[in-house]
Amino acid sequence: MKTASLLLALGMALAAPAFAAEDLTQPLPPRDAKWSFEGLFGTYDRGALQRGFLVYKEVCAACHGLNLVAFHDLAAPGGPGFTVAEAKAIAAGYKIPAEPNDRGDIFDDKGNRLTRPGTLADHFPPPFANDEAARANNNGSLPSDLSLIVKARQGGPNYLYSLLTGFNLKVPHGFAVADGKYYNPYFPGRAIAMPPPLNQGSVSFNDGTSATVTNEAKAVVTFLTWASEPELEARHRIGLQVLAFLVLLAGLLFLSYRKVWHGKKEE
Amino acid sequence: MAGHSHYLPKTGFSRWLDQRLPVIRLVNDQFVTFPTPKNLNFWYTFGVILTVMLVLQIVTGIVLAMHYVPTADLAFGSVEQRIMREVNYGWLIRTLHASGASMLFVAVYIHMGRSLYYGSYKAPREILWILGVVLYLLLMATAFFGYTLQWGQMSYWAATVITSLFTAFDQIIPHFGTALSTWVRGDYAVGDATLNRFFSLHYLLPFVIVGVVGLHIWALHVPGNSNPLGIDVKGPQDTVPFHPWYTVKDAFYLTLFLIVFMGFVFYAPNFFSNPDNYIQADPLVTPSEIRPEWYLLPFYAMLRAIPNTLLGVLVLFGAMLTPLFVPWLDTSKVRSCRFRPVMKQLFWVFVATCILLGYVGAHTTDAAWHLGEVDIPLVWLARLGTLYYFAFFWALMPWIGKTEVTRPVPESIAQAVLKKGAVVAKGGEQ
Repeated sequence: MKTASLLLALGMALAAPAFAAEDLTQPLPPRDAKWSFEGLFGTYDRGALQRGFLVYKEVCAACHGLNLVAFHDLAAPGGPGFTVAEAKAIAAGYKIPAEPNDRGDIFDDKGNRLTRPGTLADHFPPPFANDEAARANNNGSLPSDLSLIVKARQGGPNYLYSLLTGFNLKVPHGFAVADGKYYNPYFPGRAIAMPPPLNQGSVSFNDGTSATVTNEAKAVVTFLTWASEPELEARHRIGLQVLAFLVLLAGLLFLSYRKVWHGKKEE
Repeated sequence: MAGHSHYLPKTGFSRWLDQRLPVIRLVNDQFVTFPTPKNLNFWYTFGVILTVMLVLQIVTGIVLAMHYVPTADLAFGSVEQRIMREVNYGWLIRTLHASGASMLFVAVYIHMGRSLYYGSYKAPREILWILGVVLYLLLMATAFFGYTLQWGQMSYWAATVITSLFTAFDQIIPHFGTALSTWVRGDYAVGDATLNRFFSLHYLLPFVIVGVVGLHIWALHVPGNSNPLGIDVKGPQDTVPFHPWYTVKDAFYLTLFLIVFMGFVFYAPNFFSNPDNYIQADPLVTPSEIRPEWYLLPFYAMLRAIPNTLLGVLVLFGAMLTPLFVPWLDTSKVRSCRFRPVMKQLFWVFVATCILLGYVGAHTTDAAWHLGEVDIPLVWLARLGTLYYFAFFWALMPWIGKTEVTRPVPESIAQAVLKKGAVVAKGGEQ
């Protein structure tokens, strides 16, 4: 990772303008954080996944959807490790737009949308009825769905972590933040429509972890990385088996190769 | 085909079959006893690697097509929801297919570079080379169609940019280019109709490629393999049977290639992809930078290096079609760069130029290198690179081929290998 970032830095030094002063039109490169899911043996930290789910549910879900994730995923192998009963209870806590009832209605007498409790087969419901409603509620900006957010941003988890912990910094001299925007040096353009989402004590973790902004950010980034890459643990596990097999095969083939070509002069 | 058949059917059934459909004889003659120069090195293993990669792409692609939905509304979800999350091991099949495309191009470029370096395109292998260039063009088209299918932002906008290139022909015949672009898209903008036909073509072209690969191998087996010395096989002392000598060598290097490939699949599945392609296609939002996949970047750099769109498009097509003429552009009597001191250096400058063009293609049009006080706009590097690309083929190859003083070429493969073996034996390595 160090070498990679060193190479990256070198590449950027060559490719990008040599900064005399900080270029305020460009975002800062994300900070490098440590993640349990990095490396050949990386797995998700279950505690962080469950805490991160809480942060998503209590904070992010107010504006951001998670439409590719189903409630049964919460109890799936390689995931946050909730039991099926817990996942069922979580699902039941959500109101899902109901299918037509036996009179064919999807609205009640007062014109409200009929709902039913969620089941394991349901996905996380969207926070707004449609994109227009989402924009209307967010000062004209559309909050992204978070199902793939870690894969959809350059820098992945480090970017997201830097962004979430990059609020409330001193605005550099000469940088004007537009009305209704917030300064965040990690965001392209450095001004973001999202208000600082995480605060000290935004949630209360039931495993004793103190609810600092850093801890909340780490937890929710772990959760969202899982949401983007639920196959990561299986991928790492199978990858080791595949590579071990191929290395062994390469060794055997090398010995066969030497034996077959023994005595023959080669290039 | 080289040599006469040594196949002797041993059983009653194989004798019966041999008189009716001699497939065992074909396999035996072409892939078992086939006389192969004994001095083929590591760089010659990429033909087999490419064959394996093509089969892998087709197998994974057929499975993906069982779950993929080629409509603008559902395509992205059918990949990211269904294939990546719901289909058993769908993530693995998808990652093999997506990273596999990039690894296939890695192998293609090495394979083509090897041909250029050792002069494998020279008589009597001109058709073999031309079929190879046709395969390369077909692969680029197939890869481009496949990249569109994910229907992410980069898919959508790359498809928009490429299909709108045709509008440049409006400058020659008014409205013709626009009509052509609309015809290719099946609509005024890239949409459902475009996605559907790209899916259809993405499924069709690989089988066309298999057919041309058949011709490519046929054209290879008539004159037989070229070799690093670039001299003809003089007799049996210069060759070994393909099996087991080259089956084992190819299998070993194929396995090394697979180790690298699997490293990407399992530990960096998004290494070759663009983060923007994990955002669903949105015709109303243009990404800040649109760039094609890495294997098309050198051509993209050439396109953008030319200020006039029509000229840029012509340069792009010219650059892609130029390799077809290489067998006649190279006038040298000596095939291998081992004995061509000038051409060898020009070749490596050519490789560096292609990498430089790829690098420029990955950056914005206004990017520049800042060396102290001096700014070097990348677009000028692309212009120099484009100039060298064409000069290499159309000027240097014909000219250097006539004027270069080549080094003496060995009498035969057997003699050269023995001599080298004697020297190496003293050094104590193979």
